[in-house]
Amino acid sequence: MEALLKLLSDNVAGYGSLPLPLQYFLPMLLACLLCIALVALFPIVAVYAERKVAAHMQDRLGPMRVGGWHGWAQTIADGVKLLLKEDIVPTEADPFLFKLAPLVVFAGGFASLVVLPFSASMIVSDLNIGVLYIVAISSLGVIGIIMAGWASNNKYALFGGMRAAAQIVSYEIPAVMAILTVVIPVGSLGMQDIVRAQEGGWLGIGNWFIFKPVTFIAFFVYYLASLAEVNRTPFDIPEAESELVAGYHTEYSGMRFAFFMLAEYVNMFVVSAIAATLFLGGWNSPVLGGPVAFMLKSVGLVFVQFWLRWTLPRLRVDQLMYVSWKVLLPASFLLVIAAGALAVM
Amino acid sequence: MQVEAYEGEEMILNMGPQHPSTHGVLRLELQTDGEVVQKITPHIGYLHRCFEKHAENVDYPGVIPYTDRMDYIASMNNSLGYALAVEKLMGIEVNDRVKTLRIIVAELNRIASHLLSVGTYAMDIGAYTPFLHCFREREKILDLFEWICGARLLYNYNWVGGVSHDIPEGFVEKTRQFLTEFEPVIAEENELLSFNKIFIERTAGVGILGEELALSYNVTGPNLRGSGVSWDLRKAEPYCGYETYDFSVPVGQGKFGPLGSCWDRYYVRVREMEECVKIIRQALDRLPEGDVKEKVPKKVRPPKGDIYGKTETPRGELGYYIVSDGSPNPFRVKIKSPCFTALAVLPVISKGEMIADIIAVIGSIDIVMGELDR
Repeated sequence: MEALLKLLSDNVAGYGSLPLPLQYFLPMLLACLLCIALVALFPIVAVYAERKVAAHMQDRLGPMRVGGWHGWAQTIADGVKLLLKEDIVPTEADPFLFKLAPLVVFAGGFASLVVLPFSASMIVSDLNIGVLYIVAISSLGVIGIIMAGWASNNKYALFGGMRAAAQIVSYEIPAVMAILTVVIPVGSLGMQDIVRAQEGGWLGIGNWFIFKPVTFIAFFVYYLASLAEVNRTPFDIPEAESELVAGYHTEYSGMRFAFFMLAEYVNMFVVSAIAATLFLGGWNSPVLGGPVAFMLKSVGLVFVQFWLRWTLPRLRVDQLMYVSWKVLLPASFLLVIAAGALAVM
Repeated sequence: MQVEAYEGEEMILNMGPQHPSTHGVLRLELQTDGEVVQKITPHIGYLHRCFEKHAENVDYPGVIPYTDRMDYIASMNNSLGYALAVEKLMGIEVNDRVKTLRIIVAELNRIASHLLSVGTYAMDIGAYTPFLHCFREREKILDLFEWICGARLLYNYNWVGGVSHDIPEGFVEKTRQFLTEFEPVIAEENELLSFNKIFIERTAGVGILGEELALSYNVTGPNLRGSGVSWDLRKAEPYCGYETYDFSVPVGQGKFGPLGSCWDRYYVRVREMEECVKIIRQALDRLPEGDVKEKVPKKVRPPKGDIYGKTETPRGELGYYIVSDGSPNPFRVKIKSPCFTALAVLPVISKGEMIADIIAVIGSIDIVMGELDR
């Protein structure tokens, strides 16, 4: 945002003569609009990409009609359809919570974008506690999910909400522990500090945390836990179609349903972007530095999520808890201890 | 103020008839305590179409299209059992070409049926991709059937005294080509799904159907063989000349966990597809010449009497009890349905499991509501 402010005051004549609060407010507004643009556009591309990736893994073509070239406009058409659909609130539902829930789920993913460092200067706000902020804000989504499950007044939705709560709370701990293994050697919670700590090294990638002994394992712990946090296969039990119909969003339709979808894809991007920032060097790259490298790394990790989803079956709820509490959690504790020991030595 | 001790409350969860994985219109009433299911009550009848009453009001050949609509996944096998029973009642002995053709279509249909079962089972467990791979292969079989008799799902192919159409030219080669392409697919799906760690965790050790329980509930077909009982009517009481073919009967071995688990039942189906390939190859090799309609009677009017005919369909033993009073219409047709007995055992074997396991068990007993309700 500071860079945006500088850009505006340097290039827009008379910007300095505006009232001071407005000088700060305008870049803030602009940054928000950029984030909304990303949030709105990324799912459109990602949904299309996922359908295409899935189709090719399954020996079919996927969307081919809408828009001409390989059905590129399919998601846009779907979005328009969802916008035009009747807005249904079940009679027995709690209307206030029912309407609020999709917004809460969406807000969590959206607010996480604020601290993502797209490049050395492209960050909405380089908070000195960026990592803490992201951990806190991304768990906002679970409140919305429970809200949706409860307010729908549907047993399947309730099961979905309960499962989501148990799952996301369980997997947050190993995820945070895995993040700590990076924070300890860097000594800062700021996202930009973490990225700068990964500059240089062998071939320009040697200092990435994924190539360091302890954080190498932490990357996989984080990635697995983050899959569970965003409800992706093999941890998609809150919305397990074959068991719970659609889980917590069974009763949702139209634009409210679209908000859940938007949130899901934004969250997929956010967790991938965090993994890219913390372990894959963020915007550091020997070639194509800056936002391009950052986006490529994030989108690559999103692709791995697609890949896993269309290959693996789903775990059962107790097996899921087993993986979290008995495998990932002890492993992540050991990793934190090891990271601490390395830092002290 | 008095504080009452908190006691867990049970919740009734109504699963189906509109549910993605109750395989049709099955409705289950689940008594759940959290995720654990305490009691299951199946409610059937949503697809009841009065088959048995219909059968009393049409002539004997007229019943065949209705049998197709019972187990619509394996129509060839359904009409085969009926045709065989009526032929036995009338004392018709069909020629070898008809017998061999019937075996070819029945086994092709068995593969198609098992592919659907395996594919949807993968989807029940949460893996989407094997489902589409299975449907791709099934499509090829349906194309073959369309080529033979013009229909893709409900064939009306096995007639009393023969089959409706002889195979078209080039069919044998096309089928051989399909079999060669199909065999590697089984191995591929095994790698992708059958031996996947998560899949094994989800299915082995779930829904244990012991040998004794299976026998006492009269469970048949792959479900029974999954429990380790080697009982297959094609071997035990052969018809259509199955005794002259070289094939084995796969049984469950309890490879990952207790014998008779969902994984065993699932894997029996996978291995049965391999055996089907063997049988079809042999049948194609020996296919004799002959007129497929030579024994089809002008008027089907069996003598007074009754008959019980049974065949091994992809879901198990399908029995037809036919009573004839000497008129052109059957006096009574009674079905012994393998799906019905399989569903009867469902509440027993899935008691105390979790909701996700109920889905796994329903998928593994592979019921078709069309045949269950008739």
